[in-house]
Amino acid sequence: MPTNDEIYQKVQATLVDALGVEEEDIRHDATLQGDLGAESIDFLDIVFRLERNFGIKIPRGELFPENVVSDPEMIKDGKLTTKGIDELKTRMPYADLSEFVDNPDVEKIGDLYTVDMLVHYVSGKLSA
Amino acid sequence: MRWIWIDKFLEFRSGQFARAVKNLTLAEEHLHDHFTGYPVMPASLIIEGLAQTGGILVGEAGGFVEKVVLAKIPRAEFFGVACAGDQLIYEVRLTDLRAEGAVVEAKAFLEGELLADVEIVFAHLDNTRANQIFGPKNFVFTQQLLGVLDLAKAQERAKLADAESQARLNGLPETPPSA
Repeated sequence: MPTNDEIYQKVQATLVDALGVEEEDIRHDATLQGDLGAESIDFLDIVFRLERNFGIKIPRGELFPENVVSDPEMIKDGKLTTKGIDELKTRMPYADLSEFVDNPDVEKIGDLYTVDMLVHYVSGKLSA
Repeated sequence: MRWIWIDKFLEFRSGQFARAVKNLTLAEEHLHDHFTGYPVMPASLIIEGLAQTGGILVGEAGGFVEKVVLAKIPRAEFFGVACAGDQLIYEVRLTDLRAEGAVVEAKAFLEGELLADVEIVFAHLDNTRANQIFGPKNFVFTQQLLGVLDLAKAQERAKLADAESQARLNGLPETPPSA
């Protein structure tokens, strides 16, 4: 089982190849879309590369869930309700929601996709 | 002009590998503009040929049920140019295939030398979403493009039939046995 540092370095290399960014731009808390400029199609590319680089299987929607908050009861005034937050926690157990829950703006859900989120996810898969 | 950037499949192994040929000719309009006096096949059209070879490989692997679109080219390296009169060989290997899409490693060769090395990501358009955006018609696998694969299959069948009839002829004695 590789250490978290080793996983981080491999995730970093994965993102350099997938997004064409410089290694130094990749920080633990960098967001994939906001900081690293990932577009929707890049998520598919990242999934392919993580599977290849770590020898893991990533079922559809497990790493990057689709339609997380499709239920109207999960959103009120542009923010996630308690039910919505619970759903997010269930669907993305590897994401750090500690800051997000203070201001659960729907528009900020994309910011949960960070480099560290990928590291946590891969680490969980490798230790399973 | 027809948007077909491969002439023929030379080899097709379902779900694994495809090899296609593209002959370059001065009859192609674009060579006269790219560039005047120095007709060079545009790199983008070499990528298109590789993508068509790969797109059919990916589509065929799923029985042409999915609409396969070129989503991303993470890497493309070119090591030379191809001119009118040249023959390009495209080799495409399917490296990953999943419900959402596929990745291929694609190479173009000129006279046995590597000319281009490209990685291509294809996406399977979700049927519902694709229908909303593009309508139900499968715009990717047009009959024109799939005709290239049909032609290769027909040629393969003809070759097999020739080989079988030749084998039958070879198996027959030169003079019929006497009763």
